[in-house]
Amino acid sequence: MRVFLRLLGFMRPYWWRVLLGVLLGVATVASNVGLLATAAYVISAAAVVPFLAMLTVPVYLVRLLSVSRAVSRYAERLVSHDVTFRLLAELRTRFFIRLAPLAPARLLKYRSGDLLVRVVKDVEELQNVYLYSFSPVAVALSVCALATLVLFTFDPAIAFVALGFLTATGVGVPVLVRALSKGLGRRQLRLRAELDARIVDDVQGVQDILAFGREGGEQHEISTINTRLGLVQRRMALVTGLQNALSDLMMNLAMVAVLIVAIPLVAAGEMDGVFLAFIALVVLGSFEAVAPLGAAFQVLGRSVGAGERLFEISDSEPQVTDLPEPLSLPQDGTLALDRVSFRYDEDGSPALRDVSFVLRPGSRVAVVGPSGSGKSTLAGLILRFWDPDSGEVRLGGWDVRCYAQGDLRAMIGVVSQDTHVFNDTVRNNLLLADPEADDASLYRAIGEAHLTGLVEGLPGGLDGYVGEQGQRLSGGERQRLAVARALLKDAPVLVLDEATANLDTVTERELLGTIRELMRGRTTLQITHRLVEMETMDEILVLDEGQVVERGTHEELVRKDGQYRRMLAVQDGMLATA
Amino acid sequence: MRLYLGATVLIGLLVAVVTVAQMAFLSKIVDRVFLKAGGGEQAVTLLLMLAGTAVLRAGLLWVRETTAQQGAVRVKNDLRERLFAHVLRLGPAYANSERPGELTTTLTEGVERLDPYFARYLPQVLLSAVVPLLVVAYILPRDAASAVLLVVTAPVIPVMMVLVGSYAEEHTRRQWLALSRMGAHFLGALQGLPTLKAFGRVAAEEEKVERVSGEFRERTLKVLRYAFLSGLVLEFMTAAAIALVAVVLGVRLINGAISFQDAFLVLLLTPEFYRPLRDLGIHRHAGMEGKASAERIFEILDTPVPPDGTVQENLSGELELSFSGVRFTYPGRDLPALDELSLTLPAGSRTALVGRSGSGKSTLVGLLLRFLDPDAGVISANGVPSGDLPAVAWREHVALVPQRPHLFYGNVLENIRLAKPDATRSEVERAAELAGAAEFIRRMPHGYDTQIGERGLRLSGGEAQRLAIARAFLKDAALLIMDEPTSSLDPESERLVRDALDRLTRDRTSLIVAHRLNTVSTADRIVVLHEGQVAETGTHAGLLERKGHYSLLADAYEDVPV
Repeated sequence: MRVFLRLLGFMRPYWWRVLLGVLLGVATVASNVGLLATAAYVISAAAVVPFLAMLTVPVYLVRLLSVSRAVSRYAERLVSHDVTFRLLAELRTRFFIRLAPLAPARLLKYRSGDLLVRVVKDVEELQNVYLYSFSPVAVALSVCALATLVLFTFDPAIAFVALGFLTATGVGVPVLVRALSKGLGRRQLRLRAELDARIVDDVQGVQDILAFGREGGEQHEISTINTRLGLVQRRMALVTGLQNALSDLMMNLAMVAVLIVAIPLVAAGEMDGVFLAFIALVVLGSFEAVAPLGAAFQVLGRSVGAGERLFEISDSEPQVTDLPEPLSLPQDGTLALDRVSFRYDEDGSPALRDVSFVLRPGSRVAVVGPSGSGKSTLAGLILRFWDPDSGEVRLGGWDVRCYAQGDLRAMIGVVSQDTHVFNDTVRNNLLLADPEADDASLYRAIGEAHLTGLVEGLPGGLDGYVGEQGQRLSGGERQRLAVARALLKDAPVLVLDEATANLDTVTERELLGTIRELMRGRTTLQITHRLVEMETMDEILVLDEGQVVERGTHEELVRKDGQYRRMLAVQDGMLATA
Repeated sequence: MRLYLGATVLIGLLVAVVTVAQMAFLSKIVDRVFLKAGGGEQAVTLLLMLAGTAVLRAGLLWVRETTAQQGAVRVKNDLRERLFAHVLRLGPAYANSERPGELTTTLTEGVERLDPYFARYLPQVLLSAVVPLLVVAYILPRDAASAVLLVVTAPVIPVMMVLVGSYAEEHTRRQWLALSRMGAHFLGALQGLPTLKAFGRVAAEEEKVERVSGEFRERTLKVLRYAFLSGLVLEFMTAAAIALVAVVLGVRLINGAISFQDAFLVLLLTPEFYRPLRDLGIHRHAGMEGKASAERIFEILDTPVPPDGTVQENLSGELELSFSGVRFTYPGRDLPALDELSLTLPAGSRTALVGRSGSGKSTLVGLLLRFLDPDAGVISANGVPSGDLPAVAWREHVALVPQRPHLFYGNVLENIRLAKPDATRSEVERAAELAGAAEFIRRMPHGYDTQIGERGLRLSGGEAQRLAIARAFLKDAALLIMDEPTSSLDPESERLVRDALDRLTRDRTSLIVAHRLNTVSTADRIVVLHEGQVAETGTHAGLLERKGHYSLLADAYEDVPV
């Protein structure tokens, strides 16, 4: 319920549109009820009056209602879709604002990369809360009240009978169907999930399946789950079919019941028979309002579920916050880690243990080690995506927590293997680093990052699209784009986080040339598992399972016959054939 | 399916007949009570009849829905299985050339989307053609004028629907597409949050999210203003017809040209005349979606599978493999990936295949496994062209250790058993032992019963590689193909994989796509591919001396400029 109220809160900024939509919805149904009922009255009256002129008012009413039915329906659909899209925009911006301070520290807790896909789907689910849930319920309530009121003027008993049937149809039938379908629905979901997962697994692993001649076996497995799913779906059809059938039955029985109450009244002369047809049609017509309630409750259930999941995430406190009055950045750009330890989640093993080093302006430090040794965590700590559990990251002698996050990040340029490439133009992907940059400086960065070939090859050049997640770019091009961004950002400190990972040796060699240019005059922290150009480093830290196991210059480490030397030996056994 | 569709439509017609009967009873009751002051006996009978038709109608609606669903479920099940089988036959070459995820989405959600199409839209199309005629036929003898009115107005609706529809449909479709793209943009913004933060651009992106959504809303509403017109026309025609019929009937009643009972009945039936068209409008969107899905499904099903071999040749013992004049060009490419390639792998030999990326190594592996068929030339084993055998029979002789082995969701035991489903547990354990995988498997929380794969425990590259080698041991095929991992494993993994590979290649004809010096130096022979052709062959030492392609590849690492 609290979740539902919070969801309603999202509609507050345009409450009058919501109200308008509901009013139009009521007008739509009411016009139809009124149209049929008044038309029935016209005919009934015509059977007993001598001149049509005596029916002028109802005849005009019929014409008016026929127009208002069509117009209000049209307007209702426009207004409600407008509300839906407004709601969507509102939800997106609100959740974006809420999630931004949480990324990536709090979002990583949810581990799987599906989390964000889930967020997007949940937000899309929520946009329906007005159109398919709130509005139908509000319209149904208003129409029921209206119908009861009209019928009450004829006879209270008729009104109560009709209201009883309307309630039974709007609430009773959905509740019954839900109770009957609950178990089946869950089984259907489970089987669907199982089938989908199996299909995805098999299509991704099609090479291994064929290579081992398992196609027959897998087809059999799929077929078995498929058959079970089909059985559940068929049983489900029996229940869902019931929803329609029961609503229809209730509607017609309501009319019969009302007639049973009304006929004696007419026979006894307590009610004018001319209204009999009118009453019957008011009752029949009102059911248009309660028919969508079953579906509305389902949407509501899903929306509340989606809302709960979203609020759970967006309500969590950011891991990293600014001080109320942050320091301004210091003159001295020395970056230091002092006995820093960090773990991603409380029960997990530490990603970093007691790591210390100093990065003086203009110096170069490399952190090397096998994958999973905690190297990339360093970049996150320096950028303050996370705060260490113990120890300090210092800039100019002060803990980085004393500065504003924005100021700190402005000082640091990053080239990482998982740089995000937006599904946008090359230009916009670069402007990210410097929104003010003009074409000349963009082209200069492109040239220095050896991206000229890409820009010339893309249709549209600088304004060519790079595709979803930069699909149209090769691995080397993506990383060169990251280099170009770092060039444009022109920050004094440079963090290279596996900048040449996943590239073949020839591409790597080209990119290293660019990076050498980039490093000139900048303080550099190089995080890598590839031991290339290590001779130029002022200090090399070898990290293993979060701990510094060796440190020194390239020459010192080579002499030592330790992990560094073993890594070097493995690397020398590689061919340039990737 | 035809049967279910026919039954659904037939029951739909019965529903219409029962509805007409119901309306007839209603008009009779009102007539008796209102004008003939006939409460009592007759009214009770009629009310019972009315209740009876209500029950009958509800029952028929239930049966109709169930039948329609039965049919749809059958169609979905059948199509899904056919589609899955076909995708398997098309193989990895096809699966990897499609957009990632699109193929699986079609197989899962795409097939489900057929449900509303087959269960609702299709029967409704037929019903909306027949039911209005039925209603008019019933009205005609009672009130010719109203019948004519209905018949005249009826065609306006489909015509308007088509006119407005054809304009709006294309635009609406584009807007829905834009909607899904906007969802993708939002997802991209969320995924890119760390990057946005690093560049201090969160606020700008937030504005953009808002602006994009706002612009979308404005554009969509413009389109919807037209799209909803067809609904407006339908509603207006229905309402106007009711109003018109009521007034005309009123006049005729006053003139005594029609009885009240008939007049009321005609009024009651007027909305029923338009109802099927209205229902069609409701199911139309789902129907269109289903249709688009169906088109994509049949497009996949219609992708031709190359003809399979039929010869039942018995290949036994060691295999000598030879390529002669093999050429292969990927669809849509100009240059062939392999060009007139000839090569022989002697029985029991160990060959290392090296070359830059794009030199044709993967294509050669694909051809060997019959995932691809050569455009020209023959690959044969002991003189038998591999293409003559059924692909399944051919692959029985080949074991593959891919670069990135796929681990299926299931436990370790099941994953290794992929190679031989009826292998006993001890056979699997022995294979794991030989592959150097036994130790890390034993260290896992549930040993061989540990769940791995997408939803299970993640394995490192070296571990996955050794599981794949265990599969190959279990399969024990005469020909082994190994695609070495390109990324460096940790030193320990590196050694274990190398040892396992030494055991595995013993007494087998093996081809190793090599990225490691220690692998090539222990091979009997090294084949260097360059631009789809064999550039050099020889031993490690011999090739180094030639100072050709091979020595360039071998030197690259020491050659990185400082």
